[in-house]
Amino acid sequence: MRIALGVLEADAGEVRWDGRPIDFEARRRIGYMPEERGLYPRMTVADQLVYLARLHGLSPADARRSVDAWIERLGVSARRDDEVLKLSLGNQQRVQLAAALVHDPDVLILDEPFSGLDPVAVDVMSDVLRQKCADGVPVVFSSHQLDLVERLCDRIGIIREGRMVAVGAVDELRAGAPTRIEVHAPAAPDGWADALPGVTTLQRRDGRTLVELGDGTDDQQLLAAALATGPVHEFARRPPSLAELFRHAVSEETTG
Amino acid sequence: MSSWPTVRLVAAREVRVRLASRATRIGTALLVAAVVALIVVISLISGGGSADKVGFTQATSALAQPLKASAEALGEDVETSTVPDAAAGEQQVRDGKLDALVTGTAEQPRVVVEEELDDTLRAVLTGVVRQQALDRQVRALGGDPAQVNREVASVRLEVTALEPRDAESDERLVIGIIVGILIYIALLTFGQTVAQGVVEEKTSRVVELLLATIRPWQLMAGKVLGIGLVGLGQLLLLIAAGVIAGVATGELTLPASVAAGTVAWAVAWYLMGYFLYALLFAAAGALVSRQEDVGSATMPLMMLIIVPYVIGISVLPADPDNQLVAVLSLIPLFAPTLMPIREAMGEAAAWELVLATGLTLATAALLVRATGRVYVNAVLRTGARVRLREALQRG
Repeated sequence: MRIALGVLEADAGEVRWDGRPIDFEARRRIGYMPEERGLYPRMTVADQLVYLARLHGLSPADARRSVDAWIERLGVSARRDDEVLKLSLGNQQRVQLAAALVHDPDVLILDEPFSGLDPVAVDVMSDVLRQKCADGVPVVFSSHQLDLVERLCDRIGIIREGRMVAVGAVDELRAGAPTRIEVHAPAAPDGWADALPGVTTLQRRDGRTLVELGDGTDDQQLLAAALATGPVHEFARRPPSLAELFRHAVSEETTG
Repeated sequence: MSSWPTVRLVAAREVRVRLASRATRIGTALLVAAVVALIVVISLISGGGSADKVGFTQATSALAQPLKASAEALGEDVETSTVPDAAAGEQQVRDGKLDALVTGTAEQPRVVVEEELDDTLRAVLTGVVRQQALDRQVRALGGDPAQVNREVASVRLEVTALEPRDAESDERLVIGIIVGILIYIALLTFGQTVAQGVVEEKTSRVVELLLATIRPWQLMAGKVLGIGLVGLGQLLLLIAAGVIAGVATGELTLPASVAAGTVAWAVAWYLMGYFLYALLFAAAGALVSRQEDVGSATMPLMMLIIVPYVIGISVLPADPDNQLVAVLSLIPLFAPTLMPIREAMGEAAAWELVLATGLTLATAALLVRATGRVYVNAVLRTGARVRLREALQRG
């Protein structure tokens, strides 16, 4: 992200936008939220945002209008004349997001935008990001809150030790992961599925068994085996959560 | 958006922040008060203000006019008054309303003072009384006192000064010292402000957000420019206060053209010195990440300002045309504090001023590149202090 913003030099490769390497002018059209939050502690919220908007080339009137709109939207308009340093961490975050948005950017690059936010602020932030996305503004953000990522993102990249180890839509990532099936067969004895070829039992609790199917294993075979033990109340594919995909992607690389 | 509007925006923010800061406003108010107080004190010490008040009784009032005349000839200010009688006059002396009371008779005057008679006043009074006595003797011998006095007055002492002292040299010395102090304080204060401003942006990490939008040199230039303007405003305010106080107390007697030249050079040297040092202070600030480290990072620069100033201020009053100081005042980093003092004292030759200005501007042009590189390389690196050599090498 810092390389895309020109704050750090790339060791190799280049960052392109619309097919062209990102230059200084293109960077000015990016809304950026650095991981290390940075605002002038002794400037008031409104002054600060107007200043940043004007650095991006907005006229004074446009800058003020945009600042008013965004602090209203992000719920910090009551603090507009307070110094940033007097704001709570959550509110500083909102101001930081406003700083990324005031110049109506063409692209948003946000480093950990959700860290340190209370649930209400998370909702506000999510809404803003969704709407920006709907307006056709690409939003790139990093996060460790994978449930949020799963809910918000179209495409996900998993980075391990500075390398992309997986990239794609959530479903594409899942497609690459082994199939998991949860079977609710209360009468089944322990280890009922272990004998089946290509089937690994992951977990067994309260008559529920979670198994992982190896490549090319027929799930109908598993169902037949389950029915053989007695009644089957549930037989369902369990798509792995993003957290599991993440663990998988990261550990795969470690073992591989 | 081209560069200039960006630089101007950054500079405008600096000006706004500095003007809103209480430290700046209180500091400026204190400096104005100090300059005015200094000039008032000088004016009181040099005694230009109060006139000696001498009272006369009816019997001695004939001495009042000659006393005034001869005091004036010596450049002393004497106010005379007539008291109703000796007792009332003595009371006025006791109350401090009169410095001296002349009683007795015009031939045999007696002087009443509270504690002692001022030496100058004693000399003037003695002279007047002796003159009266002489006039009486001349008249007794049948001569014309007026003619004798004319003859006596026509004899003059011819003095040839081998190295004539500038009539205004004391005044110029004082002005030189004041100008020197003001520039010295301005360089230290605003240089340090630049370094702190750079570090503030590093500490608060806002620099990363800014540099994602504007170029490093635009940020550096805007900061230096903005703080420099605040410094210039403060300096002009102080000079105005000093000139007004000087004129009001009657201490400033230099011809307007000389005074204006000194002010213009003072402002010019402040500007040159400030930009020279502000570049260095900005680079020094960029090397560190915490406010606590600003002091140690800028210490060498502070010494470069302090040392020549201290040498100048301790040598020049006693030895205005000191050769060492004259040489030092040509060196770019030393010139901004030393040259204006020498100029104000009337010791700097035109060629020296031109040479020092040229050298300083050339140095500033070189420093723009070097300090810019250090700033760009170091300003985004937080954490440990960046080594100067590293900052100069990379990029």
